[in-house]
Amino acid sequence: MNDITKLTVCETLDALKSKKFSSVELTKSYLENMEKGRHYNAYITECADKALKQAEMADRNYQSGNNRLLEGIPLGIKDLFCTKDIRTTAASHILDNFVPTYESTVTQNLLNDGAVFLGKLNLDEFAMGGSNETSYFGPVINPWSKDKDLVPGGSSGGSAAAVAANMCAAATGTDTGGSIREPAAFCGCTGIKPTYGRCSRYGIVAFASSLDQAGPIAKDVKDCALLLQSMAGFDEKDSTSCDIAVPNYVDFLNKDIKGLTIGLPKEYRPQGLNEEVASYWDKAAEYLKARGAIVKEISLPHTKYALATYYVLAPAEASSNLARYDGIRYGFRAEGKNLDELYINTRTLGFGKEVKRRIMIGTYVLSAGYYDAYYLKAQKMRRLIHNDFMEAFKQCDIILTPTSPITAFPIGDESMLDNPINMYLNDVFTVSINLAGLPALSLPIGLSQNGLPLGMQLIGKPFDEATIFSVAAKIEEDAKFERK
Amino acid sequence: MAIDNETVKRVAFLSRLKVEDDKIEPTKEEFNKILQWIEELNEINTDEVEPLISVNNVNLRMRNDEITTGNCREDILKNAPSAEYDYFAVPKVVE
Repeated sequence: MNDITKLTVCETLDALKSKKFSSVELTKSYLENMEKGRHYNAYITECADKALKQAEMADRNYQSGNNRLLEGIPLGIKDLFCTKDIRTTAASHILDNFVPTYESTVTQNLLNDGAVFLGKLNLDEFAMGGSNETSYFGPVINPWSKDKDLVPGGSSGGSAAAVAANMCAAATGTDTGGSIREPAAFCGCTGIKPTYGRCSRYGIVAFASSLDQAGPIAKDVKDCALLLQSMAGFDEKDSTSCDIAVPNYVDFLNKDIKGLTIGLPKEYRPQGLNEEVASYWDKAAEYLKARGAIVKEISLPHTKYALATYYVLAPAEASSNLARYDGIRYGFRAEGKNLDELYINTRTLGFGKEVKRRIMIGTYVLSAGYYDAYYLKAQKMRRLIHNDFMEAFKQCDIILTPTSPITAFPIGDESMLDNPINMYLNDVFTVSINLAGLPALSLPIGLSQNGLPLGMQLIGKPFDEATIFSVAAKIEEDAKFERK
Repeated sequence: MAIDNETVKRVAFLSRLKVEDDKIEPTKEEFNKILQWIEELNEINTDEVEPLISVNNVNLRMRNDEITTGNCREDILKNAPSAEYDYFAVPKVVE
């Protein structure tokens, strides 16, 4: 019976507890789906043997009544999380032989709660991209594709595709400028990027450290709540991790939203916004109004500048973070006559095109004579964008916007590949949230006329993921989106 | 601020990346397109704005100055492309 892979994590846990099936049976069903779904290219590394061993252990724990929060749930892990003794590549040639000797805190938290790891999921190289096309291991195919192969979004494209195609019960993702929310929207999944500092970044391959956050991509809102519960928490190993109690998120799903104020930022409705996107946005607002929420227009005046700000800060931080890949201590090495030549050959052959582009842009904006004009300027703009949100949250509790201005596009789309700025523009609704460090969730609202999922984004106050879950659960109930 | 071919070469070296001679011109054009787009930030006067470095307004935590890890040389060297005598090995640096 392969249908068990269509269950949500919460439904699966109930079934495991009542012994309807075992974790080993469940894990085998997912491994079968992974084999059948290899053409999606969602996994970089599969760990069948290890997964089955973990599942056996989980079944023993159910037998003895020692089952934990996620006991026996088969998950996919974005290949940006270091996993002990399991190859971790960041979808880059420069790390394609790297086997960590330690475990990231987030994946350790999941293991401590009894999760089973099916394998490591594909992504854009070093999480730099919005379409999963920059991976050294090739693009991921969106399971919603019809006549043409479509992108799953990025950078957590493998995570979203695997969840959509039932090749894992849920997955981990990371989000620096939209990398959880955009693929979740493109693949009809639900994903949340929590507040900066909520999840430890220890053991996650760094892209832009002041923006990176881990979060789950799952089949529905409740699963996201449960998974975030497990992943989040203070960690001494990450100096930016916050020592703030993690509430029991699942408890907030049934909470009434009567009297909550929902803000709709007028800057997110520019001239020429796709009509379908706009009308689903209105529909989502109507759902909430009918539930007794107050919907009002708000303003985030510096929205227009968020993308340019992001594309200074993120490459700057990336150029610094990626300086560690020198071919000396780990990863790929190309030889050279002297040390400098070794570095240059290693990095030139080891990194892909988009990563090199961002390293060079980042190096330029940080270099002597340009630092103030670009980097410092962008940090000041970041303050203004952050302040916009803080002002807005004096008038509302949650901000509702579309997740992306478009649906999934074809792999190899020339207008995207020829001009990197066109690709960057897809992040227009998501990057501001990372700049401000806020929590934001994307959930599917419906299908476009061409049958592709569209996502809505709910943005919350710092560390108020709980209210996001309350509101998201209502939209989910009313939208009745049908998963694949 | 438009950049020239020399700047592309300089930035490539600072990044320890090689840009082939025939790629310098296209790289320059692409960078100028991106930088021109970034110029729109100058529409806003930020003279009085304090830069935002971290969204968490908390001071870094203090901890006791104690060793918390160690004795993991094998782990550290495990992924080294080349290691000899318990050290990372590199091409000759001092002539």
